[in-house]
Amino acid sequence: MKSFLELKNKLIEDGIPEEEFIARCTEPEITPSLEETIANYNQMLRCEIHDLPIIFVGIDTSGLASGADIIFKLIEEEIQKKDLKVILKKNGGLGFGAIEPVVEIKHPGEDRIIYRNIHRKEISDFIEKTIIQKEIYTKKLFATHGNSTSKIQNINETQFFKNQKRIVLRNCGIINPVSIDEYISSGGFRSLDKVLRRMSPTNVIDEVVKSGLRGRGGGGFLTGKKWELANAQSESEKFIICNADEGDPGAFMDRSILEGDPFQLIEGMLIAAYAIGANYGYIYCRAEYPLAIQRLEISIKLCKGYGLLGDNILNSGFGFNLKIKKGAGAFVCGEETALINSIEGKRGMPRPRPPFPTTAGLWGKPTVINNVETLANIATIIQRGSHWFSSIGTENSKGTKVFALSGKITNSGLVEVPMGVTLRDIVFSVGGGIPDDKKFKAVQIGGPSGGCLPESVIDTQVDYESLKSIGAMMGSGGFVVMDEDTCMVDVAKFFISFIQSESCGKCVPCREGTKRMLEIIERIGQDYRNIKEPIEELYRFKGIIHLKRLSEVIKDTSLCGLGQSAPNPVLSSLHYFKEEWEEHIYERNCPAHVCKELLTFTIDSNVCSGCGLCIRKCSAGAILGEKKQPHYILEGKCIKCGMCVDSCRFDAIIVN
Amino acid sequence: MINSDKIFTKYTKNDRSNLIGILQDIQEEYNYLPETMLKKTAEHLGLAMSTIYGVATFYNQFRLKPLGKNIIRVCRGTACHVKNSANILYALENELKISAGETTRDKMFTLETVACIGACSIAPVINVNDEYFGGVSIKEIPKIISKFKKEEKETDKKELHEKLS
Repeated sequence: MKSFLELKNKLIEDGIPEEEFIARCTEPEITPSLEETIANYNQMLRCEIHDLPIIFVGIDTSGLASGADIIFKLIEEEIQKKDLKVILKKNGGLGFGAIEPVVEIKHPGEDRIIYRNIHRKEISDFIEKTIIQKEIYTKKLFATHGNSTSKIQNINETQFFKNQKRIVLRNCGIINPVSIDEYISSGGFRSLDKVLRRMSPTNVIDEVVKSGLRGRGGGGFLTGKKWELANAQSESEKFIICNADEGDPGAFMDRSILEGDPFQLIEGMLIAAYAIGANYGYIYCRAEYPLAIQRLEISIKLCKGYGLLGDNILNSGFGFNLKIKKGAGAFVCGEETALINSIEGKRGMPRPRPPFPTTAGLWGKPTVINNVETLANIATIIQRGSHWFSSIGTENSKGTKVFALSGKITNSGLVEVPMGVTLRDIVFSVGGGIPDDKKFKAVQIGGPSGGCLPESVIDTQVDYESLKSIGAMMGSGGFVVMDEDTCMVDVAKFFISFIQSESCGKCVPCREGTKRMLEIIERIGQDYRNIKEPIEELYRFKGIIHLKRLSEVIKDTSLCGLGQSAPNPVLSSLHYFKEEWEEHIYERNCPAHVCKELLTFTIDSNVCSGCGLCIRKCSAGAILGEKKQPHYILEGKCIKCGMCVDSCRFDAIIVN
Repeated sequence: MINSDKIFTKYTKNDRSNLIGILQDIQEEYNYLPETMLKKTAEHLGLAMSTIYGVATFYNQFRLKPLGKNIIRVCRGTACHVKNSANILYALENELKISAGETTRDKMFTLETVACIGACSIAPVINVNDEYFGGVSIKEIPKIISKFKKEEKETDKKELHEKLS
């Protein structure tokens, strides 16, 4: 057997009803005539039996960024050159950015072994050792998918994976993301099968309500309740939209789900559509994620071919069509009403609510909009039951949450942890702490809508309410760790300038307010020595006095979530890092040496070798000096860009 | 030459929801949105030119001016910002003598910033013609630029050779 589609055609030929197709794929015993063939095929898909060694290369955007495609090509060439008999496969990414590019090797009858950070120069050695000599390449060994031995750890015992609980990401990096057969073989579409054959839409909604699943896009609205509202509408035409417009800077978990396990999302959408009675669906995906879009397109085509999308799915009478809409790079389109406008071909500006999309959404029809991660949870909830799902997490926040760990952290990558773990666990246990022996300073959660949290609140549990109570937000799951070299005023400025440029301009508080906030914060970090008008200095203080009040007004009066949460990064930073702000304002000093205009640059004449590199790099012409004589910086001319510091090979430039 | 009708036949007439898709296709073909094509879009969808302009200027993806041969995108996401991407941008601006959003006079390079490429684990990241450079330091910037300048020269030479032979 070459594919499950072949099996399907054969079953239909034999007069077996189409609705039993999915069950017969993975339960060979119910089709005695084909039992052995189906069992063998499943084992092959799960890589349990194979004659040749298999090499897996993890390919997703972060893998590509670290050169996984080049590694793949080089391995391919190496195989040809040495005329080896192996199977080379492309997989999704494990989500552990710090060990990419990842290559896995599996010999017949042995465990699958993961190798980390494979460099293009060592491919020849690597293949020689692992494939030809069948030994372990200890230099880049990471872990195994099989049992631990004295030499090698199981992947789930490694520091990064130990405290994770992977539900949404369970297939990422394990299966080939665009192989529908591998997905089915790993238990995929069983939930759809169950829903179509044995559950009514109300049953499905009840199950999701009972599970306690809340929207993972940030708001945290109960998913089941949302479906209930849409289901109660009597309109015949309804829509389901998957919000994959992941615009938060520093968040990439949705992308990894789309790239690593697109079928799981499609299955979740099918179940959601069945529950609310929608026959059309859209996936609104960022155009900046070309690989995700490409994999989604392939998956949708495969589903259509298998009769899992289209009319009369598995002979149930339920039909569903799915389309991809590419976003065009507007952050505000992550807001649901703005997203609807964008799909309709308009400027992506939010609409006032009510009416909520569940009553009048896309083209005025009832519409449910769910985030990628939310929908990716659905299949597992149906499969394993609401009781199982609600046993994970805290009282009000159930299940797991995926965070994109990045910034100044040792193990950067995707982590899926059960709700209720503390931020400290994520930073220090899973994340492995701060590199280069630096001190932890803050963690920024929830992107531009979230807040910066210091060490004093780092023992807070991860759930919707506790995060809100300390001034942050679950948000979409960005988790950026900052160390002592990060300036909190600068971070606040960064977020406000992001929001200000992404504000759609529809409502005044957000459009004008964020602009004023940015001006106020910019003034704090400005150099005032050259300004002659004393009134400017007054403006600076006046602005700071008003900053907090202005933030509150923007929060209370903006039209959509973007504006309402825009001041969060500033407010939380003002609250937790007051001293740092005051040092900037009163002492005109940036302790982290980031706000350049407040710094002074001098050259240590004892260290400077007079190489002249900084003179060439200085765009302001502020550095003077003879060759092989110590140079010096003209303070009046220096524009404080810091180029000299970065270019100096002797660390001769002192920053104060 | 590009067959502009090919873009329009894919989309049904007078259906506004196709607008963004059409604009994306045009930009893919031309690298920017030429005015003539916008006029054709307006005709095809039965929309006013002002509406098209409104949408084209709202979204960050669309450009009304042509780009340079090489597009450099500097990620300005949070993770990259924390790892000093502002300096990377500054260094690139210095190296190319343009500021973000501009194209060099010889039309070789366009410098852009993006909100987040999503490759946060290897921050700071820059992306040149869809090729990623992770963990970039300021010292590497001239090397990266000259690499693309060199490639350009080589392809020019090749083209010249082909023409001559």
